Amino acid sequence: MIHVLLIIFIITLFYMAIANRLMTYIKVLALQGVLLFFVVFFQLSKIDPFNLAFILLETIVFKSLAVPIFLSYLLKRNNITREAEPFLPNFVSLVITTSIVVVNILIATVIKDDHLDKIFFVVALSTLFFGLYLIATRRKIITHVMGYMVIENGVFVLSLAIGNEMPLLVNLGIMLDIFASVLILGIFMNKIGDVFKDVDVDQLSNLKDY
Amino acid sequence: MVITYLIVSVAIVICLFVLRNRGLVFSLLGLFLVWQGWFTVQACLHFGTTDAVYFTYDSLGILLLVTLSIIAIPAALHSYIYIENHYEPPRSRSIYLGSLVLLIMAISAGYLSNHIAVTWIFTEITTLSASALIYHHRNKLALEGTWKYVFICAISITFIFIGILFLSLSLQHAGSDDLSFSNLLVKSKELNPVWLQMAFLFIFTGFTAKLGLVPMFTAGIDAKDTAPAPAGALMASVLMNLGFVGIFRFYIVIANTPLLHWAKLVVGIAAFLSLFVATVYMLKVKNVKRMFAYSGIEHMGIVMLGVAAGGIGYYAAILHIVLHAFVKSSLFFQYNQLYRVFQNKSITHIGNYFKYNPTGAMVLLLGFISSAAMPPSGLFVSEFLIFKSLFDAKQIFVLIAVLLLLTMIIWSFGKNIFKVLFVPAEGFDDSKVVRTSPWESLSQFLLLATAVYLGLNPPPIFVQLIKESLTLLPL
Repeated sequence: MIHVLLIIFIITLFYMAIANRLMTYIKVLALQGVLLFFVVFFQLSKIDPFNLAFILLETIVFKSLAVPIFLSYLLKRNNITREAEPFLPNFVSLVITTSIVVVNILIATVIKDDHLDKIFFVVALSTLFFGLYLIATRRKIITHVMGYMVIENGVFVLSLAIGNEMPLLVNLGIMLDIFASVLILGIFMNKIGDVFKDVDVDQLSNLKDY
Repeated sequence: MVITYLIVSVAIVICLFVLRNRGLVFSLLGLFLVWQGWFTVQACLHFGTTDAVYFTYDSLGILLLVTLSIIAIPAALHSYIYIENHYEPPRSRSIYLGSLVLLIMAISAGYLSNHIAVTWIFTEITTLSASALIYHHRNKLALEGTWKYVFICAISITFIFIGILFLSLSLQHAGSDDLSFSNLLVKSKELNPVWLQMAFLFIFTGFTAKLGLVPMFTAGIDAKDTAPAPAGALMASVLMNLGFVGIFRFYIVIANTPLLHWAKLVVGIAAFLSLFVATVYMLKVKNVKRMFAYSGIEHMGIVMLGVAAGGIGYYAAILHIVLHAFVKSSLFFQYNQLYRVFQNKSITHIGNYFKYNPTGAMVLLLGFISSAAMPPSGLFVSEFLIFKSLFDAKQIFVLIAVLLLLTMIIWSFGKNIFKVLFVPAEGFDDSKVVRTSPWESLSQFLLLATAVYLGLNPPPIFVQLIKESLTLLPL
């Protein structure tokens, strides 16, 4: 069951790579939150119930409700156009995403470790690098934030892989998640929307050496 | 004691955020300095003990904590001057001072923590407080700097967390789940090398955002440029040292495994690339503050080269970061007085500083000599030792390349500084220049003198502290 969920998770990455509209990105992020909710539910069977409840609550409330709702609120509030505006065509995006996943599968096959379920490793690292790729190839600042959320999800998957042995690390991951998201989303997207009229990375190039 | 320190400091921070009264706010800042000093003394008295499970007063932590507490005093003083000169509104004054105190507190706790996750948490808090400081001016440039800093730091903090996850995987092979540095050291022989390599790569990359090394150095440059100079001084000195602590403590663990040579290679490549990048930017930079910041990248590159070379290089690296903290912070403290005269950051619009403020010009001149590591600067000693360690490690070609790069950096740095000091700026109207009190430069002279004293005639206790922090490394 966990494997099915994680494979669906990887498929969402492919979908994200070719999606055109920002709302689609937000919906995919919400879907990823729901998938993670079920992964947590099936995977972390050995930790104490209170902690499990807390983690489940975080995935469903924070990842799949609060962040997507807030992002779509930002879209409306700042009148951001709905296109994602990638630098590369969708086909190239798809090829690169595929190669990221394939390379990670190869690495996972080489490593071989009894302590780690291979699929967690593949999903986590693919998500991480896909997030970085997303940040590098989209023009709008808000897509950078979405890319960061994807990275967070990838890290969360990795922390789940060892969650039964070290529940503390899962909690630390959640702390990072909330802390960084609140810092990035809450404070600055509002301000950036006010100051920069069309929110675009090209406007963030005034800090120069000369 | 650490817990009391943190609670009282957080209480001061909250009071600073809430209160608006001018006298009250500044007396709270003074109170915090006293508290920081008292804590430092207590930490020295409890040398070698562990406090609240996660904090140890070890030699590296104490050494850097004392450095921080010394630099915190002029930082507070110059913040006071800065705020009074700029007629800050009460709200922005409160936020500035509160964030400054929070930053100093987080750095202190980060130095002393003996657990990689705790170091990580306090590194996160430094990002939070530093971003509030960078956003101080609330204009477009400040927003851009803050956004870049927060975003890159968020990614690098995530990288450190991934590194910690890989480290815990590696540790599971040793049948343990305690991530404290001492336990990692005990189990270092049983750690799984593959996961350990991954962990080192991610943790190293993550901490470079704070240390100011390739690949994540960009965030720090923008931050030091846009933050008010007294806060920039802390970011360019003690905050970089926090990045060093994070990397160095983990490096000690990996140095006791067969992966030592690989780790040296990674650190060495990153250090050399940083020097290269610093040279490229130094050659074209025209913004005084950014020039100081790039000089910091250069110095951190030299420090990490010392770590990569090993041997006497370890000793020199720690000496170098302490001395560099004093020198670089004094340059940043001087910056505001320079700005008050010319109202401009760009070197093309600055010139003949000796005419307007001879004392401050002396600080810039001495700061340049110190930063370029010319004798009698203390940095000369540490840089010389690092070159010697490179020579000992038979890295003669690296050494030659480094020396060439350094020559270019010194040439460019010198050209700009002498332009600022002696060549009159075109079209500068000096009828409205405000006179700066020479006393404002006193703290900079003291810091520079400390760097010279510690470099040329290090007190025995200083040498012993550095040597003790290296005992766990295989020499």
